Order: sequence, then structure tokens, then C-alpha cells
Amino acid sequence: MTEPTQPLFEVFVRAKRGLSHVHVGSVHAPDATMAVRNARDLYTRRQEGVSIWVVEASDITASSPDEKDSFFDPAGDKVYRHPTFYTVPEDVEYL
Amino acid sequence: MSSDTETTAATATGGPATAGAAHTAYLLGLADDALIYSHRLSEWLTWAPMLEEDMAMANISLDLIGQARSIYTYVGSIDGTNRTEDDLAYWRDEREFRNVHLVEQRRGDFAQEMARMLWFAAYQKGLYAALSGSADAQLRAIAVKALKEVRYHYDHAAQWAVRLGDGTGESHDKMQAALTWVAPYVAELFSDDANSVAAADAGVGVLPSTLQAAAASAVADVLREATLEAPADSRWHARGGREGVHSEPMGYLLAEMQHLPRSHPGAAW
Repeated sequence: MTEPTQPLFEVFVRAKRGLSHVHVGSVHAPDATMAVRNARDLYTRRQEGVSIWVVEASDITASSPDEKDSFFDPAGDKVYRHPTFYTVPEDVEYL
Repeated sequence: MSSDTETTAATATGGPATAGAAHTAYLLGLADDALIYSHRLSEWLTWAPMLEEDMAMANISLDLIGQARSIYTYVGSIDGTNRTEDDLAYWRDEREFRNVHLVEQRRGDFAQEMARMLWFAAYQKGLYAALSGSADAQLRAIAVKALKEVRYHYDHAAQWAVRLGDGTGESHDKMQAALTWVAPYVAELFSDDANSVAAADAGVGVLPSTLQAAAASAVADVLREATLEAPADSRWHARGGREGVHSEPMGYLLAEMQHLPRSHPGAAW
């Protein structure tokens, strides 16, 4: 049964300490507090997470698919932005 | 821990576990409450007001089944009968079940379920907190695990009670009516009987009456936030569940729950 009056929340779960919260899906809930609980029941049933964020979907400002060309294509020919042009000294262990 | 020791001794000799009878009867009361309420909650699957709530109630139902299974397995190992969890769940008749009337009542509307869950979880919260100090090591371990679960059940019911009570006019009225519906079944949760007295004396259990004040206070806090009023004390109170005297819905519940294993003994998948 659908409940049209309940807003949609996007759910982000942190799998373990040190990792970022990752978008896992969405839930309906009357408010954010209940959304966290619904997300807990839907997305962390198998110990998938140690932390949950929810954001009301309408609060997210996203780039538009129409802007894809002007947003992302200009980076396509700028290969020098990749770190592959640097020579890494052999004794640098972590880079 | 005298009671537990006596039980073990009786089991070892294969004799009647009279010394442990109150101990195991007390444990069965805890397990039967959990099993029967988990069955009622499982009936909500596909009937909850929204998909997310289907999941929430199924999760809570599974927590309760887990509690029941742990206790049944333990009881079967110490009462001298060697019964399995399935034997205890499916092969006992109505008079042998020791759950309170609250958990066996038919599924009502969503507000009624939240009112029932609120009281039951408030009771279990105090119960398992107390049993986390039980002299019975196995029960203590079960209680420590269950306490985390029932705290969440309580939170879930409380969140909904506030949203329904302090929601629309209609949701407020339904939540208020739900509290009136559940009221006659609350007192039995906190009634002492011979088995709980014996279990408490042995340091194994806790007297239900000692849990009432904290549970009532917790529920009162929720009702205040929900702009709901505590219903007037009912003239009639349910009783007798701990002695195996149940209300009409119990027979129907057991018929449905026990039908399959009794029709096809040993069935497995």
C-alpha cells in the first residue's frame, strides 16, 4: 500500500569506521527521525553499517542530465590532470 | 543459584525436576510471551500501512522469535524432558502455554498494535535489564542480547505513538482508543505468580510487580509527548495466562501456528 503523504528520503550508510557514507537507496517516512529507523530496518539487516544518514530527497540539488555535456565533457581531453605523468620515486611508499 | 543447581541435578538423575519446575515454568512464561507476540506481529506482513513498516514489524517479530528459541532450547535442556524448541512451540496445547493475554489478542488496527507494542516493550525492557543480573548464567546471556533488541522495539512503538497521538485529529482519536483497548491487559504483565516469586527468590528471575513503576513512567512520558491521556483504569483485567488459562483467540492462533508441524511431523525444508 502506498502512502502518498510521506516524503521520500535518500539513505546513506557507512559500512565501517574510516569509510564514507555511501548512497544505498531510499525510504518513505513521515519525518527524518522515522526515516533513520526505516533505513535501519531496510538497509542494515545484515550488519551492513555502523552509521546512517538520511536526507529528504527534495533537499538534494543535483546536476541535470541536460547539463552533462557542459559539466563533464570538458574534462575529457585534459589527461594531464591524472597523476600518471609524475615519476614516483621508488622510496616513496605511500602515495 | 540454588534452583539452577537443583535442576541440573534432577536432569542428571533423570528424575522429576520438581526443584526446577518453578524455574522452567518461569522461563517458559518469558519464551511464550515472545513466541506468541512474534506470531501476532508476523500477521502484519503485507498488511502494514506501508512497505517500510512491513519490514519493521517483521524485524521485531524475528527478534522475538530469536528470544523464544534461545529460551525454549535452554528449557528443553534443563527440565529433564530433552524437548527441542520445536517440541515446545508446536507440540504443547493451549493450557500448557504460559503467555499473558495481551500478546494473544487478535491483531487490531495499527494504532492498537503500537499501543500493545509500547506496553509490551516497556515491560520487556525492564525485564531483560533486571535479568541481565540473573543468577542463571544462560538466562543472563540471553537477557543481555535481548535487551538491545527490545529497547529498539520500545523506541519504534514510542515514535509511532507520538506521531499518531500528535498527528491528525483522526490519528489522535485512534491512538487514544487503542490505549483504552490495551488497558485491561496491562496489569497481567506486572502480576506476580508462584513461579515468578520462586524464580525471584532463587535470584534467577525478577518479580514482575517490581517492573511496573518504571514501565508506567516510561509510557506516561510517551503519552505526554503524544498529547494523549492515560485511559481510566478498566474494571476488568485479564488474568490467568501464566497458569495456562487463555482467552478465545489463543486457540485459533495455536491452530494456525501449529497446524503444519502437527499435520506433517518432522517436515523440513
